[in-house]
Amino acid sequence: MTAESVSASPVRFEAVTKRYPGAHSDAVENLSFEVPAGEICVLVGPSGCGKTTALRMVNRTVEMTSGDILIGGRSVREGDPARLRREIGYVIQQIGLFPHRTISQNIGTVPALLGWDKEEISARSAELLDLIGLDPEYGDRYPAQLSGGQQQRVGVARALSVDPPVMLMDEPFGAIDPINRSRLQNEFLRLQAELRKTVLFVTHDVDEAIKMGDRVAVLKKGGRLAQFATPTELLMEPADDFVEDFVGADRALKRLALMRVRDVDLWTAPLAQAGDQAEPVRTAVAAAEVPYALLVDGENRPLGWLSDRDLSGEKVPATPDSTADPMIDADSVLRDGLATLLQSGSLYAPVIDARGRLTGVLSVEIVSDFLASDEASESELSAAERPHD
Amino acid sequence: MIEAASNGMMRVGAIDQSFFTDRSSGNCIQDNKLFCPGWVADNYDRYVDPTLQHLVLVGSAVAAGFLIAFALAILAHRHRFLQTPFLAGTGILYTIPSISFFFLLLPITGRGSLTAIIALTAFNLQIIFRNITTGLRNVPPDVTEAARGIGLTPSQILRQVELPLAMPEIIAGLRIATVSTVALATLAVFANGGGLGTEIVTGSNITFKTGIIVAGSIAVIMAIVFDGILLLTGKLLAPWKRKQAIS
Repeated sequence: MTAESVSASPVRFEAVTKRYPGAHSDAVENLSFEVPAGEICVLVGPSGCGKTTALRMVNRTVEMTSGDILIGGRSVREGDPARLRREIGYVIQQIGLFPHRTISQNIGTVPALLGWDKEEISARSAELLDLIGLDPEYGDRYPAQLSGGQQQRVGVARALSVDPPVMLMDEPFGAIDPINRSRLQNEFLRLQAELRKTVLFVTHDVDEAIKMGDRVAVLKKGGRLAQFATPTELLMEPADDFVEDFVGADRALKRLALMRVRDVDLWTAPLAQAGDQAEPVRTAVAAAEVPYALLVDGENRPLGWLSDRDLSGEKVPATPDSTADPMIDADSVLRDGLATLLQSGSLYAPVIDARGRLTGVLSVEIVSDFLASDEASESELSAAERPHD
Repeated sequence: MIEAASNGMMRVGAIDQSFFTDRSSGNCIQDNKLFCPGWVADNYDRYVDPTLQHLVLVGSAVAAGFLIAFALAILAHRHRFLQTPFLAGTGILYTIPSISFFFLLLPITGRGSLTAIIALTAFNLQIIFRNITTGLRNVPPDVTEAARGIGLTPSQILRQVELPLAMPEIIAGLRIATVSTVALATLAVFANGGGLGTEIVTGSNITFKTGIIVAGSIAVIMAIVFDGILLLTGKLLAPWKRKQAIS
């Protein structure tokens, strides 16, 4: 298994058990699951559930007591642990950049261990700096000269240096403030859409697990697997009370973050252009799903809602009483669409595409119907396609 | 000290008549003033050899002390249980007064600079050992954890991560050790080890003070120069420390 020949490998836990010397019970007990190549699997659970221990057994920074872990069919127990670790990307919460080395040298650590020559290493560092969106001049700086978020990006770049088939990330964004964390999560999902690594990701935050994971392994105390499922399954059908409790009472609402507005069945409103005859519009409004007509321009871009007073004349006026705001981007997630509706106090909002053209109307009722239906489980998205908010 | 001298450990009884030969400076010596510049101008050549001897004493003692302390510190870093016995052992060596050490060593190594260097080295060990172990211990655990996690072997972690990060503290230890050794090496004269101590002891047998002041000043200047060189070396070897301050 060389870094060049494999871009991602499946990771398989087979009855993995860890008991620390002198402990009365297992830290991880009989853990079995498989992460398909190229997917993000999030290990989530309360503190002390053994998620970090489980992760560290993959690169043998913690040695398992029994069972086996296979990467691309090969046991991690074979061979020298240091060599194994060079083929597995590793990102930790405290980042652990080397303070005495420049950013380029930090990124080039593993390539240097593997005997790459200087030009190859500096070319790779430059490439990765570009990938994580840092200016090339950062290569000559020392870690202490970077912000926390920048340091964490460099930590990810260092883990990617030899294009490993598997990456381990132990609460990588846990020490970052919420705004930057969300940004880093989105950046990583974008990177992952491109790189398609097999990623094992540890967090204690359910929201992060649902956002980041293609699959989520929920662990409970003693390192037992409570549920291994896609985020949608986890929210729709928690396996037991523990998972249901851990996922939270608002799990139904969390599902709204899994769905884009354009993927639900939107309503249609009667449309009219300025100067149209008002009579047929009045008839259409009486029979429509949305009891108001929308004034649009020639490009189908919403201009405003037409009130009964607007339609009382012979022709449709060019300037209606109310604007079309708020309008919702078809690419946003349902949760944000609902938030927009609730904030503005309106029952309906036009949904527009990237060019501002109407694609339908979102109503509060659509959202509540979605929550009551099983649609969410059928329309599951993978992490890479999932909207980044 | 004079008792020690009369024990035959050193040759200070016979004072060279040339010591009092004043070739130019009028009656500064007769008046026994604190400091006679004219005398210094005429006699500076008598300090050349002791200064060179002093340099050799300090250089050898610090170098030997560093090598031994470094080896002990690495051993204690690998095997934590060695830390306490090593600290205790070097601590005892540190507290033995150098003069008594000379006497203890006399039957084994005889009189001469070797005896002096051994005693000074023993004195150094504790200071350098303590600083190296502290430096290694202060390396942030997340840095070594990351190093291990990305595939550095224990010896690579030591060479590429821990020692470079411990360097500022190691240099700090060398600075203390060097400055103390420069001062302490003036006692080498009691082991017949030469150095600036010879001029100080010669001077202390008489009421004339200029000789003592000159020898003492050379030692002080030597300490300051060594300290400065090490300080600079430390800054050159740890550029990341300076950049940190800027940001």
